Amino acid sequence: MEKIIAGKTVEVNEEGYMLNLNEWNKEIANELAAEHEIAMNDEHWKVIDFLQDQHRNEVPLSIRKIGKSGVVDIKKFYALFPNGPLKISSKIAGITKPVSCI
Amino acid sequence: MSEANNAPVKKMMLILSKATIENVYACFVLANGARMEGIESEIFCTFFGLEALNKKRLDHLHVATVGNPAMHIPTMLGGLPGMEAVATKMMKAEMEKLDIPPVGEFLDILKASGTKLWACKLAMDMFKLKKEDLYDDIDGVLTVGDFYARAKGEGTHVLFI
Repeated sequence: MEKIIAGKTVEVNEEGYMLNLNEWNKEIANELAAEHEIAMNDEHWKVIDFLQDQHRNEVPLSIRKIGKSGVVDIKKFYALFPNGPLKISSKIAGITKPVSCI
Repeated sequence: MSEANNAPVKKMMLILSKATIENVYACFVLANGARMEGIESEIFCTFFGLEALNKKRLDHLHVATVGNPAMHIPTMLGGLPGMEAVATKMMKAEMEKLDIPPVGEFLDILKASGTKLWACKLAMDMFKLKKEDLYDDIDGVLTVGDFYARAKGEGTHVLFI
């Protein structure tokens, strides 16, 4: 389905995860973040960059990988993206919903 | 009525009573999974579940090969010396492939994620364990009454493992 985010029409799934990372831009990310009451700062962007890199390399994401990323530790990750950090950060990053149980 | 049925899960209170690796992982995955969904989680380790917090033991837990039909090992063979160690080694290798951390590292992840870890006072007395014997970052030692007191509030679920 299509959704207009930050004035741009993008493809999303029924849960609002973007389907094409090449349609993503920072304005979209800011608007998606605002939906979760997150104001993006440098630390958030570093995590988003990391998630997108992993996605491009087709590495499945898990909380353990985040902890070992060197970009952010797990405690900080929960603080940056409260109430479901991996799902929310993935949505903001414009990548698919994480499927790992870890 | 329908509104009550749609009430979200807000807190998972998990009671870990066994220390076979499959039970410990089931408990940890549920606790971590809750946090990943924005749900609070707490683990109360009682009886053999305390092994999962026992510093000397936590990274040496075994899978049960006897009396566990799902292992597809006949009970008589499951009891042979070394069988548990072999089965455990194989299972750990498979888990590593799936990016499931060892128990000690998993405890670190749970703590960093905000899961509360509690030891049962009665079980500690029974097994003659002191707080120093346990994982350093536990949140404390509780009685069963203390545990129930922490379970109050709408949307709290208590699960015995």
